[in-house]
Amino acid sequence: MSDQTNNNILDEVTKGEYKFGFYTDIENDLAPRGLTEDTIRFISAKKEEPEWMLDFRLKAFRHWQSLEEPEWAHLHHPPIDFQDIIYFAAPKKKPQLNSLDEVDPELLETFDKLGISLDEQKRLAGVAVDAVIDSVSVKTTFQDTLAKHGIIFCSFSEAVKNHPELVKKYMGTVVPYTDNYYAALNSAVFSDGSFCFIPKGVRSPLELSTYFRINAANTGQFERTLIVAEEGGYVSYMEGCTAPMRDENQLHAAIVEIIAMDDAEVKYSTVQNWYPGDKEGKGGVYNFVTKRGLCKGHRSKISWTQVETGSSITWKYPSCVLMGDNSIGEFYSVAVTNNFQQADTGTKMIHLGKNTRSTIISKGISAGKSNNSYRGLVKIMPGAINSRNFSQCDSLLLGDKCGAHTFPYIDTRNQSSIVEHEATTSKISEDQLFYCNQRGIDTEKAIGLIVNGYAKEVLNKLPMEFAVEAQKLLSITLEGSVG
Amino acid sequence: MLLNIKNLTVAIEGKEIIKGLNLQVNKGEVHAIMGPNGTGKSTLAAAITGREGYEVTEGEIWYKDQNIVELEPDERANLGIFLSFQYPVEIPGVSMTNFMRTAINAQREYNGLPPMPAGEFLKLMEEKKKLVDIHSKLTNRSVNEGFSGGEKKKNEIFQMALLQPTLAILDETDSGLDIDALRTVAKGVNELRSNENAFVVITHYQRLLEYIVPDFVHVMYDGKIVKSGSKNLALELEDKGYEWLKEQSLV
Ligand SMILES: Nc1ncnc2c1ncn2[C@@H]1O[C@H](COP(=O)(O)OP(=O)(O)O)[C@@H](O)[C@H]1O
Ligand SMILES: [Mg+2]
Repeated sequence: MSDQTNNNILDEVTKGEYKFGFYTDIENDLAPRGLTEDTIRFISAKKEEPEWMLDFRLKAFRHWQSLEEPEWAHLHHPPIDFQDIIYFAAPKKKPQLNSLDEVDPELLETFDKLGISLDEQKRLAGVAVDAVIDSVSVKTTFQDTLAKHGIIFCSFSEAVKNHPELVKKYMGTVVPYTDNYYAALNSAVFSDGSFCFIPKGVRSPLELSTYFRINAANTGQFERTLIVAEEGGYVSYMEGCTAPMRDENQLHAAIVEIIAMDDAEVKYSTVQNWYPGDKEGKGGVYNFVTKRGLCKGHRSKISWTQVETGSSITWKYPSCVLMGDNSIGEFYSVAVTNNFQQADTGTKMIHLGKNTRSTIISKGISAGKSNNSYRGLVKIMPGAINSRNFSQCDSLLLGDKCGAHTFPYIDTRNQSSIVEHEATTSKISEDQLFYCNQRGIDTEKAIGLIVNGYAKEVLNKLPMEFAVEAQKLLSITLEGSVG
Repeated sequence: MLLNIKNLTVAIEGKEIIKGLNLQVNKGEVHAIMGPNGTGKSTLAAAITGREGYEVTEGEIWYKDQNIVELEPDERANLGIFLSFQYPVEIPGVSMTNFMRTAINAQREYNGLPPMPAGEFLKLMEEKKKLVDIHSKLTNRSVNEGFSGGEKKKNEIFQMALLQPTLAILDETDSGLDIDALRTVAKGVNELRSNENAFVVITHYQRLLEYIVPDFVHVMYDGKIVKSGSKNLALELEDKGYEWLKEQSLV
């Protein structure tokens, strides 16, 4: 990335509090507070869903009722009252839009503040944006270009309406609603999300990108994303979030499912910047996410790259099931926690096919009184002969009141496979800071510089325009962490 | 006067290392500071540049028209004080280009100037690379990472050339250098020398002083300057060693 960029980023570091803390006043169509079968029916009816979709939701809901919240993560938070949440909010004026001119000006303004105005994005060659504000997809761009290649990229609701056979075929096949507590909850109440289908032999000419936001008080956000790449298909998909400043804790439980057939490749990149709470640990988003990719075909490849800077609680393990022979799974992660943030994040690499390979690079950065845990599982099944995993988990500590923890689980069930695990823990050295200071760089900027250097291996995996945002976020997140 | 150190006492973890030191440097001058290991030469450099943990317990350090003892290290740097480190530090993942761009723009910001345009910066880099004969393959790397000892020292001079300080302190920049590298370093310094700046060159060997000819030579011993003179003093030291100073400082 350019130095120009680097410097702009560093400039911004010096500017105060959470940048994206504003709130757009768009009239909401709210579900009644609480969660019962009626809530589910309300959501489904609002979205004019077919019967099979409602059935899926209800099954998931009944299953969820039989489950207990998991407690194994290295996270502490007051109990969540699931009956005190509004599970659905949609802009009242549901626009059917053909051009940006028809978009609610206030919404455009919101995007402007985020620095991702659709207007600008539209002109930016190579990026298609499906903007999701609250729960309903408002505007999709570049659909025509994509349609020419047979690519489907739309909101999940639209997919349910227009491509029911695809949704029915793949939804819940990678993350079944029985998978875990939050997956069951999402399957019951999910509001919207994105759907992406890359047909056989097609390489997406654009990087697909979706911006999610939480935008109404006490509204849980439950997106659901499904990406399918058929034989030989390729797509790079970016998901980014920013959320307005809020005092109450907000619940967020998303599901992302990816399926890659023979020779297909999906790159999934995330910059997660939900509101982290204030310096005293008040407020912030609880982020419980289930992300999993299935390398179903031979020689298929799924890469997860994530930069996690937001949320007061992050519970997230983007994983790969390497089913096809010679398939590849990758996980590149930077997780930054400051103040009272808690992150328990990592990955699972499940090797089933022969000659499967996985790589895990995790960089945890903790500051303030935060807690940052890496939790990873590498499981090599008996049939996964000649498989390989390489894991590297590094932790960087700023100050002495924060915590870094690593929980690597390794389970190898054949003799021909090799698993390598490396881990380091370090502190930003006083030598490095003074060296920067002596060159005129103040401590805040120096930390941004050093931390970005530390995380470079992961940041380099991000698409260009995302890398820029990610660098900014790393620096902003660590503001005020020293001195 | 550019630098005026008055009766300076510096302690590290409560232990007094500099014990009442005086030094005056005018613009246009080169001062050499010599002396055996452990006498406090690097400590003096650290105190002038404001390193944490080097506590000024007495005295004053006047730079231009202010006592800088209370200033943060980055502010001192932005006022034009540069230190060529005895042991340059590695910063993994941060390219030299990015590092220097950040440094130059920090200085410009301090002086109320806008960031340097990318084209201008790259031109400046090229120019200074030639000056100190440093390879692009080094400037494309992370700061000091995988640099040899000599390359690290040259890199310090490269940074100095880019930042154009008013007061440059070179802490044993010559140690570990072969004669070619030494000449390069000296060339870098000599090209920068003007009536508007000054150098304090800390060295063990008079060898460097053949290339960077000092106006004054000071001998430091046990936290004090015990003898000052012209460049001939360096030759004398080379001849007699430091032993005779010990006797001098005792009387
Ligand atoms: N960071 C430090 N902590 C403790 N003692 C130090 C530190 N730095 C230097 N000293 C001590 O201060 C004295 C002077 O060291 P230094 O300034 O490095 O000498 P010189 O550069 O002249 O060789 C030595 O006795 C050294 O052990
Ligand atoms: Mg020294």
